[in-house]
Amino acid sequence: MSNPNINWAAIDTNPKFQALHRKKTMFLWGLMIFSTIYYFLLPIGAAYYQDLFKIKVWGVVNFGILFALSEFVVAWVIAFVYSKKANAEFDAMAQEIINDIKAGA
Amino acid sequence: MKSMLNKLVLSAAALSVSGSAFAAGAVADEWKWLTFTVFGVIIAITMAITYWAARTTHTTSEFYAAGRSVSGIQNGWAIAGDYLSAASFLGIAGLISLYGYDGFMYSVGWLVAYITVLLVIAEPCRNIGKYTMGDILAFRNDPKKTKVVAALSTITVSTFYLTAQMVGGGVLIKTLIGIDYETSIIGVGILMLGYVVFGGMKATTWVQITKAVLLVIASLILVFLVWMPYGLSLPAYLQAVIGDDKVIAQVTKLLGDSAANMSKEELGQRFLEPGLFLKSPIDQISLGMALVFGTAGMPHILMRFFTVPTAQAARTSVIWAMAIIGGFYVLTLFLGTGAAMLVGPAKIASVDAGGNMAGPLLAQYLGGGADSLMGNFMLAFVAAVAFATIVAVVAGLVLAAASAMAHDIYVGVIRGDHATPKEQVVAARVASVIVGIIAITVGIMAKGQNVAHLVALAFAVAASSNLPAVFLTLYWKKCNTTGIIAGMIVGAVTAIGLVMISPNMTYPKAVIGAANKVLNGEPAVAAKEAKPAVERSSFMCELFAMDGCVLAKPAQAATLEKPAKPGAIEKLAGLNAKLPTMEAALPAITDAVAKTAAEADIAKVKKDIAAAEAAKAKAEGDLKKFEGQTTSMMGLEKPYFLLKNPGLISIPLGFLMVILGSLFTRDKRAEDMWDELYVRQNTGINAEAATAH
Repeated sequence: MSNPNINWAAIDTNPKFQALHRKKTMFLWGLMIFSTIYYFLLPIGAAYYQDLFKIKVWGVVNFGILFALSEFVVAWVIAFVYSKKANAEFDAMAQEIINDIKAGA
Repeated sequence: MKSMLNKLVLSAAALSVSGSAFAAGAVADEWKWLTFTVFGVIIAITMAITYWAARTTHTTSEFYAAGRSVSGIQNGWAIAGDYLSAASFLGIAGLISLYGYDGFMYSVGWLVAYITVLLVIAEPCRNIGKYTMGDILAFRNDPKKTKVVAALSTITVSTFYLTAQMVGGGVLIKTLIGIDYETSIIGVGILMLGYVVFGGMKATTWVQITKAVLLVIASLILVFLVWMPYGLSLPAYLQAVIGDDKVIAQVTKLLGDSAANMSKEELGQRFLEPGLFLKSPIDQISLGMALVFGTAGMPHILMRFFTVPTAQAARTSVIWAMAIIGGFYVLTLFLGTGAAMLVGPAKIASVDAGGNMAGPLLAQYLGGGADSLMGNFMLAFVAAVAFATIVAVVAGLVLAAASAMAHDIYVGVIRGDHATPKEQVVAARVASVIVGIIAITVGIMAKGQNVAHLVALAFAVAASSNLPAVFLTLYWKKCNTTGIIAGMIVGAVTAIGLVMISPNMTYPKAVIGAANKVLNGEPAVAAKEAKPAVERSSFMCELFAMDGCVLAKPAQAATLEKPAKPGAIEKLAGLNAKLPTMEAALPAITDAVAKTAAEADIAKVKKDIAAAEAAKAKAEGDLKKFEGQTTSMMGLEKPYFLLKNPGLISIPLGFLMVILGSLFTRDKRAEDMWDELYVRQNTGINAEAATAH
């Protein structure tokens, strides 16, 4: 499975790879933690903050319905933000590393 | 508790309880030809797909991963097709139609789950994996040991999910069109085997895409018809929904005593507020954890990422899947509330107690009703989509289980990775047939069984066993073989063990008690004084039924004395005594209006008799079935673990065991391979390439 022609440890210590790793880790964990907290606010709010959820905001549409709908919007926004960032930044950084290896090999 | 159980887990159980009473099916006999025609057309389309796919399915990569030639968008539709099982597409619309807001809230977790898949699982899996979860785990750990454990876990999760799908599917088809349960199961099984064995992943993918497209089209048409009259305004539409008498009657029924001093307007509005259905927040959070972490550990979902050419395509596919799945769940808000307003919760529940027929009945209503050609065409179309759904989902699961059996166990462990390409493909096909036959057999054996716990179990095991192992091997340098094996075994065993002692199981004492109540009625209850709120003794008491535990209770208002309720036997005797006198009096009535009224009364009494007899038969059946039994399968009189979903405990435990196992042992290979794994998962160097056609 392992390819003897590639020195993996060397790539791992490559500053470019380290930079990719740092950026990606921060970004992914940030999004993951935010989305998890935002999601669990829904069952917690529906159980313990019912008075808030019952407030009518838009005709008969109450805060609870809008909040549940916002969960969908937030999920889509996260998907959009991540794909933008990955397409524009992470892919390019990874490609640079690959090019370096090819040039060196 | 018991009645809630059948409703809560969106699965076949609710169907299996109620479906049997309606052998005739939702489609009237004179319209069966139309239903079968629509079914025939859809089956013919999938057959054509399989025929086309079979011509390019010769190698292992083609069989398991469609030659890695599926585009991101196609894979996104296929993931949606795989994920929106009959339980989720019929079940969530049904829950919304019966319980309003809570049903909609329930759907959110199923979408949010994909954020985990997108951010941490999809791309690394594409870069590291070949065909199975076992490949990912074996990368830096002992290949034989991890492959065996991964395969066992994959087969366990797939079998649980598969059984629930088969039983649910069999009952669904019976409820819809009245085909025998066994015939339905065998039909689904043979069709699905046809797709998988001949067309492999390519046919499975395209069947899933076809089904997802049909499902979205059907839902869009229905939502458009429901929403159009209100000028596509959300407040105006919901205003009409909660002003409907049928909806108000349902809320009144659900609230019971506390509905007495509420106005009609308040009762309607209550339909849009939380708490009509989901009563235990901790159980909700536990379920949410199982969904959010379990989806990313589902073997048939993981497998879908091996079908695309690159990690970028894997990313695109999750984003498309999220758009389709999320969009669909937003549509279910309209399908569910529309069915509640137009068909009525009482009618929906009378066909199926879990509400699963809400969507099909709404389609029939919008087409023009039960007697119209268009109404029956729409019903047949939705029913056919439901059928295609079951077949597509089952096909994906069988492929996942078969790949674990053939690729991990046979090729990886027994043959030590020395099988010839031809032998591998034969092994894959043989394994598919074996899994398919198991699915059909288990499906038939599980007829009428309570399978609600199986869906909960599948997600809980995936979240507690598969996800910690896959996640930590990808992201934690110190993770090793011992940790993975310990975590996977402990996570799975804990999840299964907790479900076995949870309220999901059948407790004969409760069933017998409920049956006796139906037969013999309930005694009068004396008036009660108001009680202050009670605080729980400790948090653990919310999870386990321990001695000396006091559960939290809200303050209760004083209640009036309740009269005794008659049982089915007493009711039946009364009705049967009344009927002859009513019938005898009928010829003497000369006034036409009075005569029609008297005839209507007689018809009503006859209907009541039929209902009482059905209730009596069911209660007597239960009594007979559980005669002499006092404890559940596990020897418990009542649940010891109080949540329906074990995730809250088993997921952290799974993670903890991987961490502890890894910290206490050293594994040189796991450490040596870390650099390669980490570089490869982030860059895609050396990832399995697509085969060109």
